[in-house]
Amino acid sequence: MSKIDIYKTWKYDESLESTSYITLKDTYDLFIGGDFVKPLSKKYFNTLNPATNQSIAKIADANDKDIDKAVKSAIKAFKSWSKLDPKERGKYIFRIARMIQERAKEFAVIESMDGGKPIRESRDIDIPLAANHFFYHAGWADKLEYAFPNKKPTPLGVAGQIIPWNFPLLMAAWKIAPAIACGNTVVLKPAESTSLTALKLAELIQDSGLPKGVVNIVTGAGKTGAAIVNHPEINKIAFTGSTEVGKLIESSLSGIEKKTTLELGGKGANIIFEDAAIDQAVEGIVNAIFFNQGHVCCAGSRLFIQESVADSVIEKLKDRISTLIIGDPLDKNTDIGAINSAEQLKTIEKYIEIGKKEGGEIFQAKCSLPKQGNWCPPTLFLNVSQSNRIVQEEIFGPVLVIQTFRTIDEVIEKANNTPFGLSAGVWTEKGSKIFKITKALNSGVVWANTYNKFDPCSPFGGFKESGMGREGGLHGLKSYLKFE
Amino acid sequence: MLNFPDLSKTPKIDTVGVREIVNRFCKRSIKTSAKVHGLHLALSMIDLTTLEGKDTPRKVIQLCYKAQYLHNSMLNLPDVAAVCVYPTLVGVAKKELIGSGINVASVATAFPSGQSTLEVKLNDTKFAVDQGADEVDMVISRGNFLAGEYNFVFDEIAAIKEACGKAHLKVILETGELDTLDNVRKASDIAMYAGADFIKTSTGKISPAATMPVTYVMLRAIKDYYKKTGIKIGMKPAGGISTAKQSLQYLVMLKETLGDRWMNKDLFRFGASRLVNDILMQLEKQESGIYQSLDYFSKD
Repeated sequence: MSKIDIYKTWKYDESLESTSYITLKDTYDLFIGGDFVKPLSKKYFNTLNPATNQSIAKIADANDKDIDKAVKSAIKAFKSWSKLDPKERGKYIFRIARMIQERAKEFAVIESMDGGKPIRESRDIDIPLAANHFFYHAGWADKLEYAFPNKKPTPLGVAGQIIPWNFPLLMAAWKIAPAIACGNTVVLKPAESTSLTALKLAELIQDSGLPKGVVNIVTGAGKTGAAIVNHPEINKIAFTGSTEVGKLIESSLSGIEKKTTLELGGKGANIIFEDAAIDQAVEGIVNAIFFNQGHVCCAGSRLFIQESVADSVIEKLKDRISTLIIGDPLDKNTDIGAINSAEQLKTIEKYIEIGKKEGGEIFQAKCSLPKQGNWCPPTLFLNVSQSNRIVQEEIFGPVLVIQTFRTIDEVIEKANNTPFGLSAGVWTEKGSKIFKITKALNSGVVWANTYNKFDPCSPFGGFKESGMGREGGLHGLKSYLKFE
Repeated sequence: MLNFPDLSKTPKIDTVGVREIVNRFCKRSIKTSAKVHGLHLALSMIDLTTLEGKDTPRKVIQLCYKAQYLHNSMLNLPDVAAVCVYPTLVGVAKKELIGSGINVASVATAFPSGQSTLEVKLNDTKFAVDQGADEVDMVISRGNFLAGEYNFVFDEIAAIKEACGKAHLKVILETGELDTLDNVRKASDIAMYAGADFIKTSTGKISPAATMPVTYVMLRAIKDYYKKTGIKIGMKPAGGISTAKQSLQYLVMLKETLGDRWMNKDLFRFGASRLVNDILMQLEKQESGIYQSLDYFSKD
């Protein structure tokens, strides 16, 4: 064995996840009626790897006619699927969940290639949670009468579902699992920059033997989404995405009898009190904002620190973000991957410029970024004020704005002073304080002494401009059923 | 001048949060040359230990030989950092290790229980140092600590430190008896402010011995102390670390908590005896691609 100089700095070697066991086609068509069919539009677009900006595959671009075809197939399938013995429905969904587990590695690798998120997250969070959502809802399929006693729950019909690019497979699971467990059929559109895992899910659904047409997956951009929203024979719209698009959807659906769930943007307040476990709180802040490069609607993107501990928290935070590893999403040691698209990177950079102009004090981790692809170092803005745009508007990137506060009432007022109301975090070792403040915060989710924890049985959704309706848990089932 | 730490300002510890971060350290992927480098580093940080009632000079001589010649069929291995024995056997070890660069560490202060008078503990320490111990591993009085007599614990450590003279002092907190991570943090602060050169988790006689959450809390305490005073304190997890994989996970935690400056035997040690052979086995595998039977590695 050759001599090792143990006094040299110990570095982790590159540890790339293998891509040898994934199968990707060059071209993906639309999944309609249980088969992959060529788009009537005859158009395709490229899906890029955001870490390199190289094309991975060609994806069909569905038009109005394609959507109509998908809806017709869903209507046809609804007739028998809604009458199927609920226990049998459950069995199909259990099978999908198990198959996701079996192919977890393949899904994780593709998710990281197509979306730029670190393999550690897609492997440990996205894919296992997606499987869990199918498991959880499979269990409900034959118990709906017990979930809503004496209310005779029945399915709505065809659900049109539009999902975002930040958690492609997980969001597909959030949407599809409750819908089909309740006896509905589905037309789902993934985001145009991250369609691949939804299309792999389509292949898996095909293999699972799920009756044809119960799940239809159509790809495309905004126009395709609008065709779903405006299709007269769709009975329910479920959308997750930006507040801007959410408002458009709501206005185009006003006066029309279509059940709607919207899960939109957020500007989550993460509040640290002086009696918190500071070191763990700092870890929590990092997880709250830098998880998935900050592309999380419920990210803790506003930080409020009690003044007496502000200096120490800020010092520890700067210290911590300087140790985060940024780089190839497929490297198992990567903490922060690539920004999802060149377009989103532009938006983030725009906000960083705005922040500087507004007089915020910027701190960015010193790290070498890869030359190709879309990258943004973890960024802090200190000395910002409530009226700054970077404090008010959703950036959807790895940018944290930091403010301080003195009293509980002050921080509650500031935390609620936003058009959004999706998420918040509270850090204190004092239980009574947790209960006091969680009641006062106008947020769909409040985490205490932790952040970004998700579970299929816990309802998720926002107040105000963060959306309406809930997903997950008993509350999530309600939005896919009608009652007598 | 030693100052008693302001325990009202001791940071609180959230156990769930600690477990989460530790879990992340364990998921770092250490392969190929990083693995070989890390395992060499781990070997160089080991305090090869024998602390049994049945220890004899001959047993210690064997252990000292192993410390200098870990595996003769493998070239270029580093030496371990120290050999750790009871005070009565320090003389034997010292003689065996002359000129090797390997330190002799001795437990002292009525190890492992610490249930004795300060006088006995001071004599115990002085005896070990007189015999030639380079490092002294003392135990704190856990009973007094749990009874809230923090000043007593502080004064005792300060007195032992004085008795150590030039010998380095490692203070064993025996975290398996301290019950909570909050206590571990408090005891770490007391030990460092009282003059410890190293803080150490366990005697190895109580279960659980070293764990990653406990070690993490102690590393954070060392970091805060360094920020405040500029003094670097060393860390020694002891007991329960028996596999090469575990040792790499501890090194990852060390690197990502205290940084590269702590990545050497002057500031980090493993108290372990079984660990050596597992590391050797992994290195052999890395070299030849084949796992060898444990029978090929000497058991001392």
